Amino acid sequence: MLLPLQQLFVTRLVITPMTIDKDTIPRIARLARLEIAPERQSALSEELASILSWVEQLNALDTSAVEPLASVTGHDLPLRDDIVTDGNDPDAVLSNAPEKTSNFFVVPKVVE
Amino acid sequence: MTKSVSPLVEGRTGPWEVIIGLEVHAQVSSQAKLFSGSSAAFGAGPNEHVSLVDAAMPGMLPVINRFCVEQAVRTGLGLNAEINLVSVFDRKNYFYADLPQGYQISQFKQPIVGEGSINITLSDGSSRDIGIERLHLEQDAGKSMHDQHPTKSFIDLNRSGVALMEIVSKPDMRSAEEAAAYVSKLRAILRFLGTCDGNMEQGSLRADCNVSVRRPGEPLGTRTETKNLNSIRFIAQAINSEVARQIEILEDGGTIDQETRLFDNATGQTRPMRSKEDAHDYRYFPDPDLLPLKLDAAWVDQIRDTLPELPDALRARLLNQYGLTPYDASLISEDRAVAAYYETAAAGQDAKIVANWMTVELFGALNKMGLDLADSPVKPEQLGKLVARITDGTISGRIAKDVFALMLESGADPDQVIEEKGFKQVSDTGAIEAMIDAVLADNADKVAEYRGGKDKLFGFFVGQVMKASQGQANPGVVNGLLKQKLDG
Repeated sequence: MLLPLQQLFVTRLVITPMTIDKDTIPRIARLARLEIAPERQSALSEELASILSWVEQLNALDTSAVEPLASVTGHDLPLRDDIVTDGNDPDAVLSNAPEKTSNFFVVPKVVE
Repeated sequence: MTKSVSPLVEGRTGPWEVIIGLEVHAQVSSQAKLFSGSSAAFGAGPNEHVSLVDAAMPGMLPVINRFCVEQAVRTGLGLNAEINLVSVFDRKNYFYADLPQGYQISQFKQPIVGEGSINITLSDGSSRDIGIERLHLEQDAGKSMHDQHPTKSFIDLNRSGVALMEIVSKPDMRSAEEAAAYVSKLRAILRFLGTCDGNMEQGSLRADCNVSVRRPGEPLGTRTETKNLNSIRFIAQAINSEVARQIEILEDGGTIDQETRLFDNATGQTRPMRSKEDAHDYRYFPDPDLLPLKLDAAWVDQIRDTLPELPDALRARLLNQYGLTPYDASLISEDRAVAAYYETAAAGQDAKIVANWMTVELFGALNKMGLDLADSPVKPEQLGKLVARITDGTISGRIAKDVFALMLESGADPDQVIEEKGFKQVSDTGAIEAMIDAVLADNADKVAEYRGGKDKLFGFFVGQVMKASQGQANPGVVNGLLKQKLDG
């Protein structure tokens, strides 16, 4: 299902529409730890393809002489001094943990 | 300096060439973490050195530690590497229980340091350059403990967010010995620079080893990566076992799977990680929470101006100033404390004999006693004085070992030990002559045999006289007098 704005751009596509093969949706869902029912996968595949196609339009522009834009604020990366100013509060850190013991987070066993 | 040739490994069906590349993770010696103000110190109770940034609570933002940036630049300069005045932080995405963000902040396409090189010296005295591909800054993950509970893992985030320098070599190493020499040298450079303490037991320095084999001259084979080796001995063991495993598979007609493996300290073997096929799909992208890191060229120059004497320069100085062998010079230049001890001990003494005593006797003894050089009962001035007593003829080299053993026990001065134990070497020809006469009289039959042409008996006579003097006769004097008396 597309939002009206996206639909507008999709209809004005100047580039071959992207396609997403049927294995991609389950693979990226697994990487993102999302559970997606099989019956929803083909619809999602079409939606993602149209979003990608929409972004693909940018390829029509020649940006070879343009510096990548990292930020629009014009600020530089702020730096911090090497001084310990934080930590030493395990109770706060663990306060939302579903399970904890002797100040450790406790999770289902993930052994490698 | 000779150039080493690639050592080959002989298989059942012919020789194989080993190709090794290393990724070393070196913890920056900083007070605070890379992007938060919590402590980076080792050994706190669980989750004590954790801020809400390190625990990846929603809305927390990273702010980079200037000191960590400076240490990365300093290390890059120490590795003769190019410093990139603009570098970018990326997110490396994967899920693991000890990675609360769900991604590691690292540098992918634009690292802070580019290509450099390290010169290594092998035990045969040959040396070669190993290329550095890059150095980048990244966060460490937390620590999982799997042995505390049958169905649960325990997570401690104290390491989460600690600053690491990942130093990636080019695939330039050809044997476990070269890999070990590379890590030793890299560790020495880091310690001289003071950018990483190099403490492998505490995990401040860990290596991932990429290993493949090929027939000489053929294209590269498929590599495996053995992760998280925390000692130089384990690195060598893991490489050797991996090389043997790969050659065995290939010679049996099999193929190598590109995979991540783990090293088992107990067996000395590697085994595959229970890998997921997606393990390497990290979906890197620039971290939107961090702007590009821009360095001022003048600041980089300022750091360059404060670099200390590094192992290569120190080694060259030891070679020139003291005339040491390349191997001794490498050994002594590996650690600044070792070099300082040596230079104090060697001041005014025979520098080569001091080097020999230090690398053989002193290191051997400290090793046996489980002591660091800093805790040595024998101080450098005392070792120098002991060597002085050998070269001025007060004691023989053999007696010096006894004196040294007593010095190790008591921490006493060599002169005091020599005086108290009456170790002074006898160079008085009259006394030695008397001993020789007695030995010759007691062994009249052997004297006859010697004079009849059995030259080898000369050593026997020397031994007898030394024994009669309880080792204190000057061997040079004994030799000279014996010759006169037997041959004269």
